[in-house]
Amino acid sequence: VCQIGRYFFFFQAEDGIRDFCLSRGLGDVYKRQVSTQSTWGYFMITNFNFLLKKSCRRYFSHGKRYQFAKDIPSHTPRTKMNLFQAINNALDIALQTDDSAVLFGEDVKFGGVFRCSLGLYEKYGIQRVFNTPLSEQGIAAFGIGIASVGATAIAEIQFADYIYPAFDQLVNEAAKYRYRSGNQFSVGGLTVRAPYGAVGHGGHYHSQSPEAFFSHAPGLKVVIPRDCIQAKGLLLASIRDKNPVIFLEPKALYRNAEDEVPTEDYELALHKAEVVQEGKDITLIGYGTQIRVLKEAAKEAEQDGIKCEIIDLQTIYPYDIETLVESVKKTGRCIVSHEAPVTMGVGAEISAALQEKCFLYLEAPITRVCGYDTPFPLAHELVYLPDKWKVYDAIQKTVNY
Amino acid sequence: MCIRDRYQRRVHGGKNFLRKMFMRQFLPLKHITSLKKLVTAKSLRMFSLKQNKPYREEDQVITTKLDFDSQFKTIPTFRVIDLQGNVIAKEYDNLDPKILKRIYKKMVQLEEMDTILLQAQRQGRISFYMPCFGESACVIGSAAALNDYDLIYPQYREQGALLWRGMTTDEFTSQCASNGRDPAKGRQMPVHYTSSKLNFVCVSSPLTTQVPQASGAGYSFKLKQQDRVAVTFFGEGASSEGDFHTGMNFAMTLGSQTLFLCRNNKYAISTPSDEQFKGDGVAGKSKGYGMLTIRCDGNDALAVYQAVKYARQYIIKKKEPAFIEFMTYRVGDHSTSDHSILYREEEELKSWTQINNPIIRLGLYLKKKGIMQIDEESDKELRKKYRSDVIKSLKAAIEEKKPGISQLFLDVYDRQTLNLNSQRQSLEDHLEKYKDKYNLENFEK
Repeated sequence: VCQIGRYFFFFQAEDGIRDFCLSRGLGDVYKRQVSTQSTWGYFMITNFNFLLKKSCRRYFSHGKRYQFAKDIPSHTPRTKMNLFQAINNALDIALQTDDSAVLFGEDVKFGGVFRCSLGLYEKYGIQRVFNTPLSEQGIAAFGIGIASVGATAIAEIQFADYIYPAFDQLVNEAAKYRYRSGNQFSVGGLTVRAPYGAVGHGGHYHSQSPEAFFSHAPGLKVVIPRDCIQAKGLLLASIRDKNPVIFLEPKALYRNAEDEVPTEDYELALHKAEVVQEGKDITLIGYGTQIRVLKEAAKEAEQDGIKCEIIDLQTIYPYDIETLVESVKKTGRCIVSHEAPVTMGVGAEISAALQEKCFLYLEAPITRVCGYDTPFPLAHELVYLPDKWKVYDAIQKTVNY
Repeated sequence: MCIRDRYQRRVHGGKNFLRKMFMRQFLPLKHITSLKKLVTAKSLRMFSLKQNKPYREEDQVITTKLDFDSQFKTIPTFRVIDLQGNVIAKEYDNLDPKILKRIYKKMVQLEEMDTILLQAQRQGRISFYMPCFGESACVIGSAAALNDYDLIYPQYREQGALLWRGMTTDEFTSQCASNGRDPAKGRQMPVHYTSSKLNFVCVSSPLTTQVPQASGAGYSFKLKQQDRVAVTFFGEGASSEGDFHTGMNFAMTLGSQTLFLCRNNKYAISTPSDEQFKGDGVAGKSKGYGMLTIRCDGNDALAVYQAVKYARQYIIKKKEPAFIEFMTYRVGDHSTSDHSILYREEEELKSWTQINNPIIRLGLYLKKKGIMQIDEESDKELRKKYRSDVIKSLKAAIEEKKPGISQLFLDVYDRQTLNLNSQRQSLEDHLEKYKDKYNLENFEK
């Protein structure tokens, strides 16, 4: 549907126009004309409700679209921000450009336990930025309800470790909403944000990486940024994507990652893996915080004359297999690395897919440098994590296979 | 001037930029329009982010008796007509006769449709069915009292609401037969109906997941200031799930335009309701959330209508949710995979079918009021008409082809992703190579 005058709409001839208007409080359809030649028609609404303008703004508003952060021109105005400030900025822009957007979760009103929603309650009011009672299954389901009637819901789960009560709602409901109803209903406006990953002192319940659980649910998307510019762009792209997205934020980088982030409204491409560093000897694949570890390991390997190519998946599911295949065909060697346990993790899927597609190009087996199959430890975190020496060792073994 | 120019967002920088940045810090005090208001402590506290609730002794009611208490006063059940169709609540006997006639006809149609489709499953023509015997009054009566664009989040026994809103027999049988005419493309089991044009969200098998979703939808309606209510149905068994508690609590604390309708039909498959809770049913739980609650006779169509009508008006006016517990009985089996005589007595079943039957009660009322002439002859005619409709429609639906193979891969996301495209290609190649091993005649091209 496309608005041209204040009260006139063009639409592609389809059923449900009346329902479209009623469900958005636009009043009833007054006049409906469908041209016999084309599938376009127009109608006029009777309820001269000025919320109309705002409810339509969402359909047209989107930021500048870039594929990767490096495509953003250097002259765009930027500010120094850390990760939580970049996310705060993205949420601010999302709430500003989409009048139906609401942000909610536990402790979101005062700014959030990681300060991601600082200042948003003061700016947008209690109806749009609010605390919910303490129930993750409720937060997810409430978000699904809001999204099912066409509004945008940004739900925050305080830690990804607590997302499991919401698993039923996300996997059984959100993922299948569009499919099971034959595209009559969908929850595209839902975005679930949660901080994930090791933080140094988190232990079992403040360090988990649950991306693999949700990557096994067709209908969901899982997105993980590695740094501030990516976080803002990918978050805005996820919120505006017409599918339910789980957006996992690396909590270890909330204060530690800092960058000159563009202040404008921009989005980065989903389903595109970015080549962070070019190389010719071996491909290192990772996401989130692990990219920093891979960069450090690559620096060590460089001293031995090994040029590593580092790829950031960005969208974990569905992931960009083509970029990975292109890179592995070039280098012939591959290592996949993540903090989550190695068995049945994202690394397992990528290794299987890559060996299926690039078997004859591989010089060595694909190695996974990941966490162990134990709950995330506290005292032993130092040796549990796949740090740069484990990755470096894997690089050496793979290159000298 | 293009549409984008019209809706361009405020750019960082620009006219009066510094002034806007300076004034932004006074946003929390926007409501204060006079010096007096500024000085009043209350107005400052209203917009202060911090809580300030110091301890006040007066806030507590102290007792010196160690009185643990679990007594409750059972909430009474609201009823308008008695078991013989006589009016006992005269002030609620003011419904439009046209609506009552339609409710009666739809209840009869529902019963006939359920009977035929149940038999069809026993004959192996459809794979599964869930009848709504005994509960037609609470479903159809509620649908009649709601507006057509109130969004229903159903459980699985609300096909009566779809009938009321105008779903055709063909659409019902298409979904049960999972053929290509089904708008949901045959993706779910029979009885998992959906219709966006009739404002009926898709039925899903996991119980109670729809309840907190209705809270979210109701909140969104409130935000958009719509005259629209999100309605959700669930059974008393489903009210034991965590999602029920969550949905009710969220709706009440956040203020959603949601109506919760519980069909207390005494059984959750084989589990009777006294194994489901020990308190005062589901209405007793609802009071704990501070929600407006009533318990209603679910087999009395007039009481159902009046209760839902009142609740809807309350919700729109106060922007707060409401709850109704319908006391009814599941006359049929839970589904075609259930054999209820294994866990309940004939006598119990007979008493509900003969003594407290919603269709008979409404019929007696209509006859006494002179609204409808209901005798054996005309009733037989009516039922025969509905039955033949369903039989004809079912026959045609089963003969229709199933949705095309490519439908398997559509609608997972709004657009196709690469993994789905490549998987679809590999399936097509496989079916091409082994086409004599698969019988694909039943699928559309």
